[in-house]
Amino acid sequence: MTLSRFVYKNTSRNKRRSLLTILSIAFSLLLLTLMISVYRGFYIDKGSADSALRLVTRHRVSLTFFLPASYQQKIRTIPGVVEVVPIEWFGGRYKDDRPENFFAQFGTNPEELFKVYKDWQIPPDQLQAWVRDRAGAVVERKLAEKHGWKLGDRLTLMGTIFPVNLELTIRGIYDSTSSDQALYFNWTYVEESVRWAKGQMGLFAILVDSPESVARVSSSVDDMFRNAPEPTKTETEKAFELGFVSMLGNVKAFILSISLAVVFAILLVSANTMAMSIRERIREVALLKTLGFTKLSILALFIGEAVTLSLIGGLLGVLSANSLVKVVANSPAGQMLSGLTVTFPTLVVAVIVAVLVGVLSAIVPAYRASRLNIVDGLRHIG
Amino acid sequence: MAIPLVYNVRNLRLRLGATVMTVLGIALTVSIAIFIMGLLRGLQQAFVTSGDPQNVLVLRKGADAELSSVISRDSLQIMKFLPGVAHDEQGEPLASGEMVVAIVLPRADGTGEVNVSVRGMTPTGFKLRPRVKLARGRWFTPGLREVAVSQSIQSRFSRADLGTTMQFGKGSWTVVGVFDAGGTAHDSEIWADVNQMASDFDRPIYSSVLLHATDKASAEALTHRVSDDQRLKLEGMLETDYYARQTRSGDPIKFVGILVAIIMAIGSCFAAMNTMYAAVTYRAREIATLRVLGFSRPSILASFVLESLLIALLGGLVAIVLMSPLNNLTTGTSNLVTFTEVVFRIRMSVGVLTVALAFAAIMGVFGGLAPAWHAAKQDILSALRE
Repeated sequence: MTLSRFVYKNTSRNKRRSLLTILSIAFSLLLLTLMISVYRGFYIDKGSADSALRLVTRHRVSLTFFLPASYQQKIRTIPGVVEVVPIEWFGGRYKDDRPENFFAQFGTNPEELFKVYKDWQIPPDQLQAWVRDRAGAVVERKLAEKHGWKLGDRLTLMGTIFPVNLELTIRGIYDSTSSDQALYFNWTYVEESVRWAKGQMGLFAILVDSPESVARVSSSVDDMFRNAPEPTKTETEKAFELGFVSMLGNVKAFILSISLAVVFAILLVSANTMAMSIRERIREVALLKTLGFTKLSILALFIGEAVTLSLIGGLLGVLSANSLVKVVANSPAGQMLSGLTVTFPTLVVAVIVAVLVGVLSAIVPAYRASRLNIVDGLRHIG
Repeated sequence: MAIPLVYNVRNLRLRLGATVMTVLGIALTVSIAIFIMGLLRGLQQAFVTSGDPQNVLVLRKGADAELSSVISRDSLQIMKFLPGVAHDEQGEPLASGEMVVAIVLPRADGTGEVNVSVRGMTPTGFKLRPRVKLARGRWFTPGLREVAVSQSIQSRFSRADLGTTMQFGKGSWTVVGVFDAGGTAHDSEIWADVNQMASDFDRPIYSSVLLHATDKASAEALTHRVSDDQRLKLEGMLETDYYARQTRSGDPIKFVGILVAIIMAIGSCFAAMNTMYAAVTYRAREIATLRVLGFSRPSILASFVLESLLIALLGGLVAIVLMSPLNNLTTGTSNLVTFTEVVFRIRMSVGVLTVALAFAAIMGVFGGLAPAWHAAKQDILSALRE
């Protein structure tokens, strides 16, 4: 009988205990995978290649202040800038106050939007229809599916920041690679109804020509308006999004401490199981030693058993994490992190954690068992 | 007849290693639950204690936050003379037109920049918020670019100490005072002179108007009077209702918290079950002996469930001890209605701790039920022979 077969036999000896241990580890690893995915989404993921070429310019003091629309032309003259589009958060109310009816609504220039967001896909005829209709809107596909909107559907957005109710017709449905589930409409509509909104924009999205231009363009923009009455702050799209995350609080510490608690919890579960099963087998260990098993092979036997259990639990948890991540991405909390997925490196990291926990949990009891004095062991009463 | 509790306690002591590990596992789960409930409780408290039921807050129709509301100066004049508005000793109506803007400040701990509310105040505004007290320095002088910051803002943000300056509007504003807002939402604000702010932002308007009613009943009537006035096109609401609505800022924390707590609880349940099954197997002969002595199946069942419950409650207590240093810790999150920072304290109220212990107890009962059932159903003869 090989060592691996022996390990297998041992794990299936107390089936109930193994199953409970595996399930317990699986649930913890499920959570850990979720946490790593969220962390990666926020802090490690650089975004798509197209996103890395986009900058966002806003008012230096805060997002709630407007920038003059005339900045758009000035930004366009900076070398390296391919296209600029103004974007303004409308923050209207759709139907009622319930969180599931909340989604992002932006006013923009229909002719320029898809030139900056080149990675978004929209059929050319739908784009044409939107450009032609001043009261038209385009929506992201997932958002359209969620609310059951089709082309030609009408909807009303009640203004909360701007005193106007928009009656919009859906002219296009676009696909986006990023997380934004948003509706875009023609800003002229608001400008025509709200006098003080004319010529005011919340932010500008800028597309630059190459990754090398990113830093240079962003400082050129800010330098250009340094002494203007409305100074600007320009950062990459990713940094801009992270700004919202950091507003939520110390998210990084929150995720890390939950992950740490989870890892510690699996360690406890696994260590407990190993301690219990080794304790029951002390006489057996003495017998194995009598038969000539070395210290090392006994150590390997028990550590192998622990790793097998945690590995199975880990794989189970990691594989079911994908569906949990989907649930979170579609939740009210997920608005900031939708588009969240479990990537292969995340899976690998989680499984490695499971294996390490297995090894760590078994080391102390297994080491003690391997050092056991044969006579004492044989005399041991369960 | 019931098996005495001492039997369980002694057994837990006998298997100390397993007991400690299971207790710690449950303690970790409960700790996370306590932490999240404490956050939510603190957030809720910051909003609930903020309003005065006799105050009526007026915003533009459709606006759901002061930040996005606009009220003309003429409207304030109309509202001042609405019936139901209280007057001060000098006979002046208690109506305060205020301006709220958001500025970005860097957090002192370097975790990013956040929006902070700056409130343009009037002398009447101070009277309407008697809970706010000056802690250090002095209040700003009307007509000067001076601000007073709340204690939380002062400690959580860089560039908010006495004597430092902040850049917004048309120039730099000097911090001249620090105030204590008594745990209300004003704890997350910076206060300045409303007229100076209006001239700095070229906006001769207010964001909101706060009216003080003569009594609670007339406050309710005053909200309708404001909302129904065709000249105004404004919406009046009780100040308490305005803040109560903002507690939904805790929704993301709540969602993530419940999810994490449930998943960890299921994991801990399995771990507790494991420990209890081992205990049952280990004591099979003992259980059979108890049965022979005349203890019934139900009392065996009860005894083992109780033992599991004991482990879980111990875990709950350990969690409370572990988390107690975090009580009253100040933290902040984004107010999802106004998108500005709201500062609050983690509150481990009696309610939170009770729920935490109940949560632990549920884990204990669920973890113990199956093994206890197994113990109670055991066949006496075969168990004795083992």
